Amino acid sequence: MEALTLHIDKRLISILEKVPDPEIPVLSVIQMGVVRNATVTGNKVLVKITPTYSGCPAMDVIAEDIIKALGEEGYKAKVDLILAPAWTTDWITQKGRDALAKYGIAPPLNATADKAALSGDKKLVKCTLCGSKNTRVVSPFGSTPCKALFQCEDCKEPFDYFKCLK
Amino acid sequence: MKENLYQYILEIADNCLILGQRLGELCGHGPNLETDIACTNISLDLLGQVRSYYQYAAQVMEDGRTEDDIAFMRMEREYRNTLLVEQPNTDFAFIISRQFMFDLYHYLFLKELQHSRDLSLSAIASKSIKEVSYHLRFSSDWMKRLGDGTEESQRRMQAAINTLWPYFEELFEISDAGKALIKEGIAVDTKGLKKDYLNSAREYLQEANLIMPEVEHFMKGGKSGVHSEHMGYILADLQYMQRAYPNMNW
Repeated sequence: MEALTLHIDKRLISILEKVPDPEIPVLSVIQMGVVRNATVTGNKVLVKITPTYSGCPAMDVIAEDIIKALGEEGYKAKVDLILAPAWTTDWITQKGRDALAKYGIAPPLNATADKAALSGDKKLVKCTLCGSKNTRVVSPFGSTPCKALFQCEDCKEPFDYFKCLK
Repeated sequence: MKENLYQYILEIADNCLILGQRLGELCGHGPNLETDIACTNISLDLLGQVRSYYQYAAQVMEDGRTEDDIAFMRMEREYRNTLLVEQPNTDFAFIISRQFMFDLYHYLFLKELQHSRDLSLSAIASKSIKEVSYHLRFSSDWMKRLGDGTEESQRRMQAAINTLWPYFEELFEISDAGKALIKEGIAVDTKGLKKDYLNSAREYLQEANLIMPEVEHFMKGGKSGVHSEHMGYILADLQYMQRAYPNMNW
């Protein structure tokens, strides 16, 4: 298992950008940063994806969706799951972060801020509805492994926060 | 070498499988919504890690067995998990104490396993440790909340720690497979970790207004396949579908 640098064949980017994350459909698998490598040989494509969290049940669906999307464009795709280097929230693209916030999931803060926010020491997570930072952590674990539950103290909106994973 | 590596992977992974199963029992039964979600999230992380380990173990053996065979088709004596993780969900104090004792070990262990010369193990460790640092934060926070909480919660936490403490030492026991692989730079030499564990646990416990029990006799056996009376019941639940409908698939 050698360390892999991000490389996606240009011809595949627009196709893969249309494959959504099944749990967070506003993000594509590209914006999410789970596609690490995609190469073309003839009509054969090899895609390497990496899991966000070890137990993320979305990975199997993502692999199937990628094969299907590439199949529709005439490619015969194979998807491999790789573990190294391990996924980090740093790989979520800026476009992805904006889409998350718009969708109602506060995007991940940096590691130090994340820790302070989740332990309740500092109010740093922005409410996705009104933008206030006067928010509190309801539960450090949420509806999926990657999220925590927050509530805005000003507008009372409950919302998800995408935890920093580094 | 192949057999040693296989056994060593199971030693690591079976702890995650059995604790994951125990935590899964809490789905819909946690004391409140927050802890219910947390325990099942941790369970999901552990089961995800197990899949990576078992897939690798199957690959090592090269004899056609699959991750499902390893998870579901072994006999009790073939499981290598420690006795700690099979202890029952007596009450929330026990659940948190068991989790804290395991998380602290798991975190220290993975920190070292990241440097294993076996690149698959080091990759799984580097992935898992990010998740486990959240687990440790959760369980140690609850140790403090309950240990330094009311008289009742403190009493129950101390009772749980007193009951579970005799199980901690087995986490650091080194099997023959482990011994052979330490020499190869593949396995973690847990001897050195025990001191760090005890120092760190002492600090956490002090902060949680709890006393580290003095124990003379430690409980052992799981790592060599000799389990407690709880294990059969866990496996009956875990293996039911595969035993009832052999080779079934999703």
